[in-house]
Amino acid sequence: MMELVCPAGTPAALRAAVDAGAHTVYCGFADETNARNFPGLNFSRPEMAEGVAYAKARGARVLVAINTFPRAGEQALWHRAVADAHGAGAHAVILADPGLIAHAADTHPDLRLHLSVQAAAANPDAINFYAESFGIRRVVLPRVLTVEEITAINREIDIETEVFVFGGLCVMAEGRCSLSSWATGLSPNMNGVCSPASHVVYDEVAGQNEARLGGLLIHRTPKGAPVPYPTLCKGCFTAPATDTGPAQTGHIFEDPVSLDATELIPRLQRAGVTALKIEGRQRSRAYVAQVVRAFRAAVEAAEAGAPMPAGLLAKLTEGQSATTGAYAKTWR
Amino acid sequence: MLRRLPAPPLSPALAGRALSALLRRIARRNPAILSRLGPHGAARFLIDVTDAPLLLLMEPQAQRMTAHRRSAAPVPGHDAAIRGRLAAFLAMLHGSEDGDALFFSGELAIAGDTSAVLALRNALDDAELDLTAELEALARPPLDVWLRRMMAAAARRSGYVLSREV
Repeated sequence: MMELVCPAGTPAALRAAVDAGAHTVYCGFADETNARNFPGLNFSRPEMAEGVAYAKARGARVLVAINTFPRAGEQALWHRAVADAHGAGAHAVILADPGLIAHAADTHPDLRLHLSVQAAAANPDAINFYAESFGIRRVVLPRVLTVEEITAINREIDIETEVFVFGGLCVMAEGRCSLSSWATGLSPNMNGVCSPASHVVYDEVAGQNEARLGGLLIHRTPKGAPVPYPTLCKGCFTAPATDTGPAQTGHIFEDPVSLDATELIPRLQRAGVTALKIEGRQRSRAYVAQVVRAFRAAVEAAEAGAPMPAGLLAKLTEGQSATTGAYAKTWR
Repeated sequence: MLRRLPAPPLSPALAGRALSALLRRIARRNPAILSRLGPHGAARFLIDVTDAPLLLLMEPQAQRMTAHRRSAAPVPGHDAAIRGRLAAFLAMLHGSEDGDALFFSGELAIAGDTSAVLALRNALDDAELDLTAELEALARPPLDVWLRRMMAAAARRSGYVLSREV
């Protein structure tokens, strides 16, 4: 059966994931060493050890995401996170920065290393470089590849591949977002948060809901209408008139939709993919329980050759609509 | 529905005292809530349950909850506000609905300090609270058994999620 890799932003969400049938849960410490550094989220050191024990007792595994890029002079914070994840009994750590990967490989030779999606390794040469240089055992593929490209990659590499099947999409080369950094002065890759909450303001203006990031208006939606996350990449903007056409208002970079690749699971299985990943460490235990239950049923159906269940999770998706993203290349 | 009901038998002051007692009990039994809130524990949260007659002001660090008549002006000073129907708040608290999904669909709206709202949502989600169990624990036998039955009947009749689901 394909492995289901599920998110947990809190110990309660970790337990919900394991109880709902997750084979593996990924989570992070409560600091800027991981890419979901949100207020009130993530794990203390004792919580991580307890979470690992809870998962192990039920036959599940825990991966610790340490997938931001260490700042010069501050590497000790990231080194400590790797050591503490190892000490807590994590099955593996998910890393992106080559320097941190080298440190982990040298200092903790028995620790299993996964290459984060943030490393954006999208071709066999890049993946083989990480595997041969540092002993990386699994790569999380960027959400820019078609199923055919994933098949081609798997033919030329010897390590496992993990792909996203559900949740938020990032239009940048996996988190390397100059838009969010420019608007807030905080980098998704180094501070671990895209559209930091401290820079987001919601307001009701003339009967409409407005969302601003760093003072920039991102959305104006009628009350009661679906609302997306306050990210610039999914903002609704007006492009000025040009010689060739009138001014246009719309989602210039990306529509506010979420990934749902349920229907592609059998093809991903045939493409040689080992593990399916669900995005959403910032979401609640209710989201985790519902999504994990649905995807556990889907991977069991795929294993049995049965048809894929569809359309069960629309309410949980951003924009309340879903796409198969780049996998089928119908994505704008 | 609640708006059409007569004014609550408790005055805002009494309601505030009862809710503060509940808040103190929850904080005592779940110290992780305040540690997850961190500096946001000092924020004042306006809980605007749009189908209830009272506005609630919650101050987690002070372990204080005050109730204010909706008709009374001005709205009490606050750092962050969360607005929505009672059903949405109860479903989120008890793990049957996801807070972001309620936000996407416009069933919950927030204003003010977004970080504080996020920290509160995450801290409460991790606490896995069960309102029925908390109220039951405040009552002495045999009132606790009566209360549990009352809450179960109220949940069936109203459709509200009154105890933990996940």
